[in-house]
Amino acid sequence: MTESIAGLEHQFETLEQQHEAGWLGMWAFLATEIMFFGGMFTGYVIYRWAYFGAFAAGSKDLEIWAGTLNTLVLICSSFTMVLAVHAAETGERRGQIGFLLATMFLGTVFLGVKGYEWTTLFRDHHVPGIGFHFSGPYQNTAQIFFSFYFALTGMHALHMVVGVGLLTFLLVKAWRAEFTPAHHAAVDIIGLYWHFVDIVWIFLFPLLYLVDRHR
Amino acid sequence: MSGVTVSRKTYAGVWGSLVVLTLLTAGIAYLDLGVLNPVAAITIAVIKMALVALFFMHLRYTRIRLTYVFTAAGLLWLALLMAFTWTDVITRHPIVPPPPWPANDVTSHMSIFKAK
Repeated sequence: MTESIAGLEHQFETLEQQHEAGWLGMWAFLATEIMFFGGMFTGYVIYRWAYFGAFAAGSKDLEIWAGTLNTLVLICSSFTMVLAVHAAETGERRGQIGFLLATMFLGTVFLGVKGYEWTTLFRDHHVPGIGFHFSGPYQNTAQIFFSFYFALTGMHALHMVVGVGLLTFLLVKAWRAEFTPAHHAAVDIIGLYWHFVDIVWIFLFPLLYLVDRHR
Repeated sequence: MSGVTVSRKTYAGVWGSLVVLTLLTAGIAYLDLGVLNPVAAITIAVIKMALVALFFMHLRYTRIRLTYVFTAAGLLWLALLMAFTWTDVITRHPIVPPPPWPANDVTSHMSIFKAK
C-alpha cells in the first residue's frame, strides 16, 4: 500500500496528474460553452443584419456608461481572480482570501449594475411581450433586439451567479487553509471558468452596446 | 496548471491593456468609420480575448500541449457553426416573416426577410 496523500482521489497517481485532468476537463467544458454562446451570437448577427435599424435603435436605448462600467468591473475581477490563483500557487492564505473576496465583490457589483439596467428596461416597457412599447418606427422589430439582449445578458448573468457560488466554495477552502502550492487545482480551474465568463462579456459589450453609436 | 509562476507585474500589464482597450472600443464607436465600425469593435474584442486567454488563463505558459487542441477544437467548431449557418441564410430561399411584422415596419434591407 502506498501512503495516501491528502486530497488525492484514488484514480490518480499523483496530485499533479489529478490537477492536469481537472484542467483539461474544464477546457473541454469551456469548448462546449463556446458552442452554447456561439449559437446565440450567430443568431444575433443574422438578425442584426436583417433588422439593422431596429438593432441600432435598441442598442442606443441601452445606457453606455453601465455597459462600459460593467466591462471594466469584469476586467478588474479577472485581474483579482488571477492574483488569487497566484496566491494559491505561492501558498499565501491571506492573499487567497483577500483576492477571492475582491473577485466576489466585483462579480456582485456587475450583477447589481445589470439588475439596475434590467429594472430600467422593465420600467420603460422594453421587455419583449404583450406590454412592449418602443417609440419610433421600430415598435415591432425592436423586440428582436431586446429578445437577444435579455437572452444573452440573462445567460451571462446566470453564469456569473454560478461563478460567485463557486468562489464561495473556494473561499471556505481558502479560509481553512486547504490550498498548498502542490494542491490548489480548484482555484486554478474555477479561475479558468471565471475568465471565460469575462471573455463572453468582452464580446457582448460591443455587440449589444456599441451598434451604430456615432449616429 | 502553468508549471511556472507568472509575475504579478505581467498580470498588471495585461490588466492595464484590457482597461485601455475597453475605453478605446467605447470611444471608437462614436466615430463614423462606416463598415469599419463593427470591424474595429470585433478586432478589439478578439485582442482582449487573446490577452485574457493567453495570460490570465495561462494558455501561453501551460506545458500541457493538449490544451491547445481543446481550444482549437472549440474555435474550429464555432467557425463551422457560424460559416454554414450564414451561407444558408445568404443563399437559400426567402424566409417570409410572421404576419404582423413586415406590415407595420419593413425595416429589413435583407432580401430573405422580405415577403414575396
